[in-house]
Amino acid sequence: MMPSMTSGVKSPIRYLERRAIHALLLLLGASLLSFLFSSLAPGSFFDEMKLNPQISPETVAALRAQYGLDQPLPVRYVRWVKSVFRGEWGYSFAYNQPVRSLLMVRARNTLLLTTLAMALAWLIAVPIGVWIASRRGRWDDQLASASTSLLLSVPELVLALGLLYLVIRTHALPVGGMVSTGFDRLGSWEKVRDLAAHLIVPVTTLVLASLPILIRHVRASMMEVLQAPFIQAARGHGIGRSRLLFCYALPAAANPLISLFGLSVAGLLSGSLLVEVITGWPGLGPLLLEACFSRDIYVVIGVVMASTMFMILGSLLADVMLLVADPRIRTDHA
Amino acid sequence: MSTPNSMPSTCASALLRVRGLTVSYDARDHQPAPALRQVDLEIAPGEIVGILGESGSGKSTLALSILGLLPESAQVEGSIFLQGENLSSLAESRWAAVRGARIAMIFQEPGLALSPVMRAGDQIGEVIRAHRSQGSRQRKQEVQSALKDAGIADVERIYRAYPHQLSGGELHRVAIAQALVCRPALVIADEPTRSLDVTMQSEIQNALLDIHRKYGSALLFITHNPALLAGFADRVLVMYAGRIVEAGPVAQMYRRPLHPYTRGLLQLVPEPVMHSGHISGFARRKRLAAIPGSLTRFDPLGLGCAFEPRCSARTTNCQIESPEEIAPEPDRRVSCFNYGN
Amino acid sequence: MGTEAAATRALQPALMRTRGLGKRYLQRTPFSQQSFAIAALVNVDFEIAPGCLTALVGESGSGKSTLASCLAMMEKPDSGEIWFEGNEISHWSKRKLAPLRPKIQLVFQDSAGALDPRFSAAQIIEEPLEIQRRESRQALRARARELMEEVGLSPDWANRSPLQLSGGQRQRLAIARAIALKPSLLILDESLSGLDLSTQAQILNLLLDLKAARSLTVLLISHDLSLVGQVADFVAVMHQGRIVESGSTRQVLASAQHPQTGKLLASVRVLEAAFQTARAGGRG
Repeated sequence: MMPSMTSGVKSPIRYLERRAIHALLLLLGASLLSFLFSSLAPGSFFDEMKLNPQISPETVAALRAQYGLDQPLPVRYVRWVKSVFRGEWGYSFAYNQPVRSLLMVRARNTLLLTTLAMALAWLIAVPIGVWIASRRGRWDDQLASASTSLLLSVPELVLALGLLYLVIRTHALPVGGMVSTGFDRLGSWEKVRDLAAHLIVPVTTLVLASLPILIRHVRASMMEVLQAPFIQAARGHGIGRSRLLFCYALPAAANPLISLFGLSVAGLLSGSLLVEVITGWPGLGPLLLEACFSRDIYVVIGVVMASTMFMILGSLLADVMLLVADPRIRTDHA
Repeated sequence: MSTPNSMPSTCASALLRVRGLTVSYDARDHQPAPALRQVDLEIAPGEIVGILGESGSGKSTLALSILGLLPESAQVEGSIFLQGENLSSLAESRWAAVRGARIAMIFQEPGLALSPVMRAGDQIGEVIRAHRSQGSRQRKQEVQSALKDAGIADVERIYRAYPHQLSGGELHRVAIAQALVCRPALVIADEPTRSLDVTMQSEIQNALLDIHRKYGSALLFITHNPALLAGFADRVLVMYAGRIVEAGPVAQMYRRPLHPYTRGLLQLVPEPVMHSGHISGFARRKRLAAIPGSLTRFDPLGLGCAFEPRCSARTTNCQIESPEEIAPEPDRRVSCFNYGN
Repeated sequence: MGTEAAATRALQPALMRTRGLGKRYLQRTPFSQQSFAIAALVNVDFEIAPGCLTALVGESGSGKSTLASCLAMMEKPDSGEIWFEGNEISHWSKRKLAPLRPKIQLVFQDSAGALDPRFSAAQIIEEPLEIQRRESRQALRARARELMEEVGLSPDWANRSPLQLSGGQRQRLAIARAIALKPSLLILDESLSGLDLSTQAQILNLLLDLKAARSLTVLLISHDLSLVGQVADFVAVMHQGRIVESGSTRQVLASAQHPQTGKLLASVRVLEAAFQTARAGGRG
């Protein structure tokens, strides 16, 4: 069978172009849907004021008109899109500022928390997972399985509360928030220490919550690969144990883990909501919650869009990493 | 204890000596089933020895035992000596120095025996890396020369290719290159041509012969097809149900097989009709001369000869007693009460 | 008896015939718009004589499996004609082909992959019967056991999973399933490769018995000319998608006109080599 090639390869740029177009379409769809759903929810920002007898209904109506809340949905959508292009991303009623500046600060705080937690979780999970996969059935494997099951069964909420309780009781760490009062007056090293002290509880919670799942995935994927004939063949050539595990087995086991990594990245903005709210970390979580309750809809839409962007990024990252890591996907099949 | 008087006279300087090797795998619901029973074998330096056996004969277990690759649950008795050193008592950490460097194995399906995410050249390089410390450039040169020795012309392409980009024949040659790169004294080839076309089979065997000639490695070639050992091996050992049932030089054995199983196997090889030195046909048969029955109904704990249910030369005592190994002629061994009939 | 019977059969109309059959596969590389075409079959004229054992030999990649897929109506050719029972079926729709399917059955090489391990042996045989007929559970099970006996499997193994069977036993099971619907043509695509010599011989004997007992036509696809050369009535040699030589086995092997046939013959290993080298006093 003789193959006949028809044209040259111009792959990666074309591929990224296509992905970029998909991403834009996705963002468009997400924005439309979130606009739709948030308008479906009853009430608006100024409804609270209606309850206050001192404020007249005319004032409320005037405020609503001022902020354009009385306009029909398509008009509001177009105005919002224009606002996005202007760099404001809508307007927050509660905070009285463009959504963008609000989001940036909060997102930075959230990312600080989640990237640290994610990095730690992966750095701990992979070696543990690889190790216990090679020790299948022995005492350390069973111990690890039992511990992960236990951790898995404890809800994130309970973990966070438990850690907080511990910290309050022992006065070991400051409780709540990101920085202590008087942060600005501290020297730079002390600033770092203060930040770190506040990070410990939320990061630990997030790490403990995601560790069991990661370890199990790594273990499962590694165990499957360790059964493969090529591992025994490599052993038969005298390849040492640790090299076998990390240079032979792990790369071959990487595919499902890369997809999982992509999911982790996708959830960087959205995965820490509960922990932030409980520990008082000033990230996107509490902002979103507040905005939902007070019907600060442009903030809600802004947060949703930011999360969607991260999701797209995570999925793109996973696909690119798969290309790099697995030659079978990258090259044409012989 | 079986007397070694039928062994080749190079006994004193044997490269590999296996004595009384018995291997049982742990079976959960019943008694352990012996995969190898009292196997004795010797390989002289630079010899080509063939192991002839069907699935279930224990040949793969034998290969794995020599390399210490049996699972931990396997129970092993007997001894294996490599150049006088006792391998059976070797700790796992010391085994790594033996595998790939002094004894190398070519596994049955090279496509499966190579990592799918590593380039072929790198995988051969890893074997060097495991046994010698060398600069990467020198290592690359050695890998390339190994690929050339294995009969690959387009060395650069194969070096950089991943296994899924290589054809069956190329994969086999990569496996050969991997096995020879550290110049082992013994190469074990476990059914190296099973998944190949007939045209590729000859090529691969010729590649192995080239290696043997060039480096003087001894070769232990395992197969189920007697024809592959003709014109290739010096001696043949026939295995059945974990035992060696016949052993001897290949020409003598093929011309005059002693054990009924050997005879049955040889009858399975198609008889060619020759015409001025070329094959011009095959003896037509209405039915092929198959050995009736199969190995799967064998009861490992039974008393008599394992082959008895399928044997055409069986007598009453074959069911009751298991035949001892005897040496009816110099250089030949057989385990049968009715050998030669 | 052989040549006369073969000659008589050759005069009868072929059971299945192809004329100028062609098939190409397009392969695309990921991310790029390019694709390249692989010509699997090129202008194939092929005949299968009824009641005979025909062999199709060639190296891997020569197109044998593609031809088998087209004959078994599992793939549609890009060009050419296929004639079966007097009808040209290459363009027939799935619905029109449906009643023909039981008549042509295909057995693959990889029995472990082709048989669902979740089902027992008997269930695997019953499956095609269940689809095609409406019979009671007991009747189906009885039929399955009969078929198992016919192919040499102990009916006691009716509840065993394919994973518990050896390679040879799995192939017998696959054959039992294939003959359950009483096909007129049985195609075996490299089904003997990878089996021990002795098992190969047993399965070939089984095929010869089935051929005689059920007036079955058998198409045996293999890369091993020596194996099929002993029992096949007709043989066709394929190379790079074309049939390069065909005819009665005796003729093809004796004359070996095409170099590919010569190459296949030259690769056959024979026992005589052992004695020649012994005479020559060792390997060259």
